[in-house]
Amino acid sequence: MKKKLSFLERAAAVPHMVWVVMFIVAPLLFVAYFAFTDVGGGFTFSNIQLLSSYSHIFLVSICFSLVATFFCLLIGYPLAFFMSRAKPSTQKLLTVLLMLPMWISLLIRTYSLMTLLDNGGLVNSLLGKLGFDPIAMVGTGGAVILGMIYDFLPYMVLPIYTSMQKLDNRYLEAAADLGCTPLQTMLRVVLPLTVPGIISGVTMVFVPSISTFYISQKLGGGNFDLIGDTIERQFKYPSTYHVGAAISLVMMILILISVAVMNRFSDEKGEMIV
Amino acid sequence: MNNTLIKLRSIEKSFDGERVLCGIDLDIHDKEFVTLLGPSGCGKTTTLRIIGGFENADTGDVFFDGERINELPAHQRQVNTVFQRYALFPHLNVYDNVAFGLRVQKLKEDEIQVRVREMLEMTGLRGFEARRPATLSGGQQQRVAIARALINRPRVLLLDEPLGALDLKLRKDMQNELKRIQRETGITFIYVTHDQEEALSMSDTVVVMANGRIQQIGTPTDIYNEPVNAFVADFIGESNIIDGVMPEDNKARFAGHTFDCVDGGFAKNEAVDIVIRPEDVDVVPVEKGMLSGVVSGVTFKGDYYEIIVDVKGFKWMIETSDYVAPDEKIGLYIEPDAIHVMKKSEYSGKFGDYSTFSDEMDHLSDPDAEVSENEEEAILS
Amino acid sequence: MKTLSRVYMWVIFALLYAPILVLVIFSFNEGGSLSSYTGFSFRWYGELFRDSVALQSLKNSLFLAVSSAALATLIGTFAALGLDRMRNQYLKGTVNSVTNIPMMNPDIVTGVSMMLLFVAVAGILGISDILGRWTMLIAHTTFSLPYVILSVLPKFRQFDPSLREAAMDLGCTPAGAFFKVELPHVLPGVISGFIMGFTLSLDDFVISHFVSSPDFQTLPLYIYNQTAHNVKYSMYALCTLIIVTILALLLLVNFAGGIGDRSKRRKEATK
Repeated sequence: MKKKLSFLERAAAVPHMVWVVMFIVAPLLFVAYFAFTDVGGGFTFSNIQLLSSYSHIFLVSICFSLVATFFCLLIGYPLAFFMSRAKPSTQKLLTVLLMLPMWISLLIRTYSLMTLLDNGGLVNSLLGKLGFDPIAMVGTGGAVILGMIYDFLPYMVLPIYTSMQKLDNRYLEAAADLGCTPLQTMLRVVLPLTVPGIISGVTMVFVPSISTFYISQKLGGGNFDLIGDTIERQFKYPSTYHVGAAISLVMMILILISVAVMNRFSDEKGEMIV
Repeated sequence: MNNTLIKLRSIEKSFDGERVLCGIDLDIHDKEFVTLLGPSGCGKTTTLRIIGGFENADTGDVFFDGERINELPAHQRQVNTVFQRYALFPHLNVYDNVAFGLRVQKLKEDEIQVRVREMLEMTGLRGFEARRPATLSGGQQQRVAIARALINRPRVLLLDEPLGALDLKLRKDMQNELKRIQRETGITFIYVTHDQEEALSMSDTVVVMANGRIQQIGTPTDIYNEPVNAFVADFIGESNIIDGVMPEDNKARFAGHTFDCVDGGFAKNEAVDIVIRPEDVDVVPVEKGMLSGVVSGVTFKGDYYEIIVDVKGFKWMIETSDYVAPDEKIGLYIEPDAIHVMKKSEYSGKFGDYSTFSDEMDHLSDPDAEVSENEEEAILS
Repeated sequence: MKTLSRVYMWVIFALLYAPILVLVIFSFNEGGSLSSYTGFSFRWYGELFRDSVALQSLKNSLFLAVSSAALATLIGTFAALGLDRMRNQYLKGTVNSVTNIPMMNPDIVTGVSMMLLFVAVAGILGISDILGRWTMLIAHTTFSLPYVILSVLPKFRQFDPSLREAAMDLGCTPAGAFFKVELPHVLPGVISGFIMGFTLSLDDFVISHFVSSPDFQTLPLYIYNQTAHNVKYSMYALCTLIIVTILALLLLVNFAGGIGDRSKRRKEATK
């Protein structure tokens, strides 16, 4: 009886494994298959070779997402620190305030930011009332980056806040005891001990930033082609599926490599902490 | 014991409306080993944190070398702390942990190296430079914490239950070690503990605290031999505390018998608490005893027997080297200088009767309770 | 320092909420302009409720969220049980990391990869329009799975095996011990996994964008299509309703949590 049950228990993961193979592994294999075949189904490198003409798109996307990630970190890190040192009751409220935007659809948030920055939007009409000329913001690279920062800031703050919360107050006291000013405490103790939070925050902002297409469509006004836009466009018509698959494959590999590199960095730090 | 280094004057402190310290006055002298001793929640850790600058007193003043330092932040005080459970920086190895304070002072690396070497030598940590705190044993972490604090050559070292996390044997070794380091460096130590044995064996001065007040300040022998009230008598060592009266000087009447004693200065027939240590009672045949009672419990303790004797309903604890059988009727003999007379206090009648012996001991010697209390204080800050 | 931190937090949160607030306010604007507020009106809400496509999308979204979350919870809970009992560490690690791929990968790659699978299968089977309700269900279940496992597996790990032994010692069969002792312990994880899957499914746009068809639209897809061209102001009303719903849910959860806290505190006080 017991043997039978434990066998059943161990077999419980089988449906999941089947599902995973069918709907996670197989689709990725199809991406690779499409990337290396032409419309007729024959093996080809031409899709990959074609990617060189998209290199500037990759470059622009990487730059935009790096800048957005940097600003998210710059704004989010102090925010996370202040939040973690607030009273417990305040912290609870602040966490809800931080998570509420994460629950609101990205489409709605991007769209609301666009309406605010639009030529006929509130910001420009306020400027007009103050006697300034309207500024065309939507359609600029700045607006796209602003959109990324606005949309993904909570994803930076939350993991950093979590690692700050775990940071024992005694470490801060020990640093002060050994002569650190608050700023020195920050640089010598808080920063190194929150590296894992920073890494996961950076990943959670960088990955969606580099693959977004809605933000660039709305706030870029169609002037900017990011990787996401390009992929999305390729999958509108079956004839360009193959190129789209190639771009997706390359982006995925790029992201996996950078995430792996960052995780190794965090593992080294993690080892120190464990 | 020359000049006064730290002075606390009428310090009061509340957390969430709960009074933790109610008027602390304390002088600490240069090169002194002072222990703040008391049960959990007595305010000893809070007192230490106020001296360290991690907590501000609601009212009252802190003086350091004659200067008022109430508002001075922790990083500017000439005081270093060995934290409870050490608070070693997990991202730094032993060498970098110890060098931390000197690096903050921006000393030259070659000087830092010399001083770190010297400090690791003194604390017996040579060869551990590259290890991470998490890979060290409790005793080694303890040494790193001490080295990290002492390397800054503070005027005062604060130690918050530093041996609390170590096992018994290691505790004994570290007690000797700490005492040695204190003598060698000549730094004032302020040591917080709930372990009375630790306090008695290490300190020059013991400060007994309870309920946010100082109960008694004195040398270990004073505290043991001349406790001021029932709380101190009970907390320091074992004691039988009995209600009595003083009909005249050098006479004490309790347990239905009038004894000769060596205390005086009380009003005629004043009600008092009488303290008699278990080792000061001699077991004699019934006819030779001043008191007589029935043995209700015998526990073998190795070098002596601990017996509980029921004398007219009051249970005495007595330590004797001769075996007595349970239910045997015995006589008790008490020398005049074994009788210590104390004024009545708020603690009278609460301690010193061994009828509920085991529960009480469990409560007082429960280290977990102490830890959680200190954690609470840390969270509140 | 205290004031600095307070001011900083206020400014950041104000900026975070400003666009959302403007959107909510202008959803009650009488006129059809974004630059000037001409008067309070429910006009756009009325228009929204006459929009049958929007209502159908809402229905689709709810159907999809419930069914995909249920399916993911079912498969995921069994998977967590199996993974917990699995002795082959290598296999366990592999299954875990493969499961987490949709969590690590950009959504667009997950969406595209599933689309290619469906299209290829359709090509082999000779079906012309495979995308729709069922492909959506498969996709949403797939990306919810890692989150379900993530919330259930730790519960199995934390379960003290001696409790199971104690139950059997007291006369339970192994199966009885599982259902009477272990399952109740794991249940909170299962429930939070379901809620997670439900919200992820409601919120998803990118993956749905690639595996849906025009005749099975969810709310995010509807919003996307509406905002792609000239803006209809009823969109503001729709967004406001969604925001209010989320806010209400969050407050409810927190208010309920508050009640729990209070009763717990009272219990501690009476101790």
